[in-house]
Amino acid sequence: MTATARRLRRWEGLPYWLILPTVAYLALFFAWPTVQAFQLAFREDDAWTLAHFRTMVNDAAFGDALRFTLLLVVVIVPLQFVVALGMALLVNAKLRGRGLFLYVFLLPLAISDLAAGIVWSAIFTEFGYLNTILEGLGIIDRPYLWLDPQNQGLLLMTVVAAEIWRSTALVAIILIAGLQGIPRDYSEAAEVFGAGFFQRVRHVIIPMLKPSIQVALVLRVILAFEVFATVIAITGAGETVLAEEAWRWKTSYFDDSVAAAYAVLILVLSLVSAGLILRLLRTPREQMAR
Amino acid sequence: MAAVRFEGVRKTFGKVAAVDGVNLEVTDGEFVVLLGPSGCGKTTLLRCLAGLERLDEGRGFIGGRDVTELPPRARKLAMVFQSYAVFPHMRVFDNIAFGLRMQKVKKPVIAERVDACAQLLHIEDLLDRYPAQLSGGQRQRVAVARALAPKADVLLMDEPLSNLDALLRLEMRAELKALLQHLDLTAIYVTHDQVEALSMGDRIAVMNAGRIVQVGTPLVVYDDPADTFVGGFIGSPPMNFLQAEVSLDAGSPVVQVSGGRFRLTAGRADPLAPRKLVLGIRAEAIEVEGDPGEDLVAATVLVVEPLGSHNLLTVRAGSDVLKVSTPADFFPRPDSEVWLRIVPDRIRWLDRETGKAVSP
Amino acid sequence: MSRGRHRVLPRALLYVAAVLLALWVLAPIYFITIGAFSTSEAVYGYPKQLIPRDVSTETLSFFLHSAGVVDSLKTSVYVAGITIVLALGIGTPAGYALARFAFRAGDAFRLTVVATRAFPIVILSIPLAVMFIRWGLDDTVLGVAIVHTALALPFVVLVTSSVFAGISLELEEAAMTLGCNRAQAVRRIVLPLALPGLAAAAIFTFVVSWNEVFAASILTLQNRTLPAQVLAALDQSSLPYRFAGGFVLLAPSLLVILVIRKYLFNMWGRVVT
Repeated sequence: MTATARRLRRWEGLPYWLILPTVAYLALFFAWPTVQAFQLAFREDDAWTLAHFRTMVNDAAFGDALRFTLLLVVVIVPLQFVVALGMALLVNAKLRGRGLFLYVFLLPLAISDLAAGIVWSAIFTEFGYLNTILEGLGIIDRPYLWLDPQNQGLLLMTVVAAEIWRSTALVAIILIAGLQGIPRDYSEAAEVFGAGFFQRVRHVIIPMLKPSIQVALVLRVILAFEVFATVIAITGAGETVLAEEAWRWKTSYFDDSVAAAYAVLILVLSLVSAGLILRLLRTPREQMAR
Repeated sequence: MAAVRFEGVRKTFGKVAAVDGVNLEVTDGEFVVLLGPSGCGKTTLLRCLAGLERLDEGRGFIGGRDVTELPPRARKLAMVFQSYAVFPHMRVFDNIAFGLRMQKVKKPVIAERVDACAQLLHIEDLLDRYPAQLSGGQRQRVAVARALAPKADVLLMDEPLSNLDALLRLEMRAELKALLQHLDLTAIYVTHDQVEALSMGDRIAVMNAGRIVQVGTPLVVYDDPADTFVGGFIGSPPMNFLQAEVSLDAGSPVVQVSGGRFRLTAGRADPLAPRKLVLGIRAEAIEVEGDPGEDLVAATVLVVEPLGSHNLLTVRAGSDVLKVSTPADFFPRPDSEVWLRIVPDRIRWLDRETGKAVSP
Repeated sequence: MSRGRHRVLPRALLYVAAVLLALWVLAPIYFITIGAFSTSEAVYGYPKQLIPRDVSTETLSFFLHSAGVVDSLKTSVYVAGITIVLALGIGTPAGYALARFAFRAGDAFRLTVVATRAFPIVILSIPLAVMFIRWGLDDTVLGVAIVHTALALPFVVLVTSSVFAGISLELEEAAMTLGCNRAQAVRRIVLPLALPGLAAAAIFTFVVSWNEVFAASILTLQNRTLPAQVLAALDQSSLPYRFAGGFVLLAPSLLVILVIRKYLFNMWGRVVT
């Protein structure tokens, strides 16, 4: 026990009272809804059924939503980790104005996915800022249709750009905190032994960042499966994702059960991914620095 | 002002007994120092008295009142913490006034008392400042003033000087002692610094491994240690300990140590012979001769440390290494031979197995 | 060993990279801001003015006068306010408990709190939308606030725990020897010192609530929050509406992050790692 803890043992009952409101709240508004969601998804008139899942899967939009969601997760997460690592290394390099850079890099934390989607749709729209700049630079001579509803690849790219812009800050802050925990000695020792910059990053920094990377990866992947307003704002009716379908089934088709089925699917995908990541990135105890 | 009593106090953390059966009485107005190495339980004992730790066994009394079940605020005591714990968000004035405000003392009285305490600690000019604007030494004074203001029965101090630099510590030591004498408070002071303990306390309670090993005035604790631990912990340099054998040679007691043998004046050691004991002797209780003689122990000089007021010699006598104090002008060369007279009256005998003092 | 090159990446290059990244973050915000403050003409125009020529509140005013926008603004503020009160009221004691006590359930509790972040908002809001109808909370400010509080609560617990852990226990103990019971010591000593950290947690809770769009869209119809309102109108909205809407969604959050930027890194760093 820590010294602090030992000193306070006389108040044995108190901590339980203090956490009680939170525990009750979480039980009521986290645990119970989750159970309810499963109930909604798997039951129909007091009987267990897979009918809702069948409806969900047979819906025309399902395949597209699932595919696009998976594509987004698989493309966005690795890319933004590279960007985030870059940001983290830059911040760690202790340049002048470091505080300002840090503040700017972390700005997007305050930006909602809806706002980000609107912002980037204004950039990618046919008469938007990107085309203005490209035409101004002479790279194109006519506004290009980035947001072509027929071109899934292009739509994917635009959503990826917006999402990387918006959500990398979360990864960056975790990596920055993790980097600060790595003593310079290791990197310097590697340098003395002849390791160049990229080698140092690969062989010293990334391995020691593994715990932070693990945390960031799990968090980001879970959030990535929930991607919602960005897609709507940028692609409109062009592409859809799982969360959007859940929203649609609830608010437009008024089918709570299928919406719940989508929710369960998202949860399962999130948990499975989280489990996989935790397993694959597991650091055996012997390798731990401390 | 009140007397303090610990009865059979025991406090465990998990499986470890930090305080293991302590009995101690502090009389009204006395200044008692709890002295010992880190981990000996002195701070825990203090905190038990303060009510910041709950006793597993035993009772505590302040002014005859059983305070064992009372929260700190009901015990009428004041405490100075090692880290000072001066409230950072309050001005010095408000810090000192805090205890009085909690007692709902009237404003003019508060102002008067804060001023008085500030003057005692020479911080009257700092009353409007915030702790962040003060030096460590000044913050320490605020902590003491804050403790004195509510006029508690007992003042507890947990290593209040240990975060100060050496020079400041020396100054504050004298100032604190004068202050506490002037105020005639009952005080219990925790420290690991034996110099501090010797210079400040009316009595010292030496603690080791959760127990009180010896309680006595500084002189007694210094001259008559209860065991090898106390003798080795108190005094700088620590007491010398030699393996010795006392025997009777034609009716006179004779001591044999590794480096030689010498006679004892009769009377002192009679009940001890014949016995194998530990001989304890302070560095300044050994006289050094340049030439061999009767009743002297031969030794080789290893190191000479000139300390200004005297020299400290490290010598080897047989298989024993001793520290010996000599006048400042005595400068033997390393590896030279000297002869030691171990002053019999200053010898303390201790048991070889238990390390405890054996009374002649 | 290559000693010929001083550093593999000269400092200048690092500065360039940092500046480019910073510009990449700032540019879209800049665009939407100037867009929101330009005339409708400019909004529809092409090429877009990268440096605004005529500043105008036409676009913003159009947005604010659109159906339901001002009401949704007010709703968002109410929801955020209630969320802050609930989240901090419930979470702060738990944070204090985690910081000061090592009780057996403490580790399990902390783990549970951290694990709640694995729960997609989707799986919370859909059943709650159903339940709220039964409880009469459907389409109410309180209903949305309840869900937002659930979202913010884990964060508040972890951040306040960190804040309290940073305040030395000896300060509380000193207060207790000077006549306070524990509650008084917390009120007079700990809370004032924790205030900056708590304020930062409150402000960040505001941002979370202000930005939240999925649950708000599911739970409300007449009493929409701003994001829900904008989302609902999005496919029929005009460009000026989108520009101004995007800006109004962004601006408070950015302002707020500016205010608490000192705490931002400490907070997130401690919560997430």
